[in-house]
Amino acid sequence: MIETIGLRKTYTSGKGSKAKAVEAVRGVDLSVDKAEIFGFLGPNGAGKTTTLRMLSTLITPDGGQATIAGADLLKDPHEVRQRIGYVAQGGGTTDEVTAREELVLQARLYGIGKAEAQRRAVAALDTFELTEYADRNCATYSGGQRRRVDIAMGVIHEPQVLFLDEPTTGLDPQSRVRLWDEVRRLRNEGMTVFLTTHYLDEADALCDRIAIIDHGEIVAEGTPTALKHEIAGDVVTVGVDGISDKAAELLTGAAHIRQIEIVDADSLRLYVDEGATAIPHILRTLDGSNVEFNKMELNRPSLDDVFLIKTGRSLRE
Amino acid sequence: MKLARDTWLIYQRQMTLVVRTPLRLVIGFVQPLAYLLLFAPLLKSALGTDSYAEAYRVYVPGLLIVLVLFSGFFVGFSLIAELRAGIIEKSRVTPVSRFALLLGRALSEVTTMMAQAVVITLLAIPFGLTVSIVPLLLAYLVLTLMGLLASSVSYAMALQIRNVAALGPLINTVSQPLALLSGVLLPMAFAPLWLVSVAKGNPFYWATEGVRTLFDGRIAEPAVGMSFLISILGAGLAVVWATRMFANRVR
Repeated sequence: MIETIGLRKTYTSGKGSKAKAVEAVRGVDLSVDKAEIFGFLGPNGAGKTTTLRMLSTLITPDGGQATIAGADLLKDPHEVRQRIGYVAQGGGTTDEVTAREELVLQARLYGIGKAEAQRRAVAALDTFELTEYADRNCATYSGGQRRRVDIAMGVIHEPQVLFLDEPTTGLDPQSRVRLWDEVRRLRNEGMTVFLTTHYLDEADALCDRIAIIDHGEIVAEGTPTALKHEIAGDVVTVGVDGISDKAAELLTGAAHIRQIEIVDADSLRLYVDEGATAIPHILRTLDGSNVEFNKMELNRPSLDDVFLIKTGRSLRE
Repeated sequence: MKLARDTWLIYQRQMTLVVRTPLRLVIGFVQPLAYLLLFAPLLKSALGTDSYAEAYRVYVPGLLIVLVLFSGFFVGFSLIAELRAGIIEKSRVTPVSRFALLLGRALSEVTTMMAQAVVITLLAIPFGLTVSIVPLLLAYLVLTLMGLLASSVSYAMALQIRNVAALGPLINTVSQPLALLSGVLLPMAFAPLWLVSVAKGNPFYWATEGVRTLFDGRIAEPAVGMSFLISILGAGLAVVWATRMFANRVR
């Protein structure tokens, strides 16, 4: 449903002799299937939003190719626009108008006739449970209600692909879960959803497949489960009192340990094949050298671990 | 036709917003109203006219030209605000005509100006202004076109510099000489010859002359024809210039 090959975008910052080219996106290859929720993750400035804006026709790529819902992004952006829906990060509702007016206008901007636009607005208000507030100004809506209007606007013309830019940023936990349900429903109805997020739990719980972008390149791609499996079997967190350097040195090269990450002076994360066999080994090694530890925890790896390994930084920072 | 349909959709939305934020309408009134009440009464003796009616017949057309000139030249600010707030981006992901996005906005701004023009005309009547309906409607047409011209030029300037802080001074730099050289405060008939020849390069000069002649009821005078010709040409060129720039730069 979305295929890109070597998609590129370079920005020029500064002017004249001080001009500097910034490669925001340097060759992104993506393949997103029909009826899939695809999550696009990355630290700020990694090229996430630039990629999304290219795919949704808002900016023109400098190079590469992309086909979206069967239309060529570079040759026929007009046709792409007909086939996709896009919901911007801050949303797009206007305070002084009602949800119904927003939905009717949005449908009409896609070339839909007046009567049909009104019929679709009524249906969308019903589906997104907005009927109760349909004729109130958007200014009076809660964050969650606004977001539902945004998404209803994004799908009013029944697009094949829906792009969501950070859809749950700023929502309370309840509205968030509710929005996830809406997104899943759209997927179950056959829509392809491409979303960016910086919440790893969201990527984990909601997305069928994810890609991580860093410095303008895709550094990992797969299902959340596969990505977590790929990095390691288990994660052992060890708490040491200000001597994490020493402990890390000691454990380097020890059996069963694939990789060591120093979190801070007081704690270490050890990526091991299997926790049950590695822990006794770690205990013996530390004990044998009289390294005091105050905590040892066994976890399944999270997407944050994947992120940390792939990009060298934590998304939570 | 898609352009007309899309322009109408954008126009309707913008008008809805205007009607629902009446403050915008009111603010535009304050300045012309102040001139009407506080400046115009000086004109009877300054112009040496016989009656207030005559003074107002000279002054009100100028005031209306000033209204469309300044209101028009300042619409660029709202364009920058809408670009910043992502309001235009929301439309850009739809297949809506790019020309319509700008044209619909320009037309709604002009409608607002013309509503203000009508109110100012009505307010001037108790002061002694007399004007017949057909010349008045023709004058409104010239004003509409000039408003469209000023709005389009303002949009083009806004798209060119995209910076609110720099746009203000630029607008003043362009609009002040245009206003002074159009004879809106005092008729250019009082001007020295060289000033008149400079003024003839200014479309607002011709518009002012035309509208004044119309307020005087002299429809058949060449000044009227000239004002139509120049406002149609000017507005046409400016609209094409601004919408093309918008379609290219904002995409």
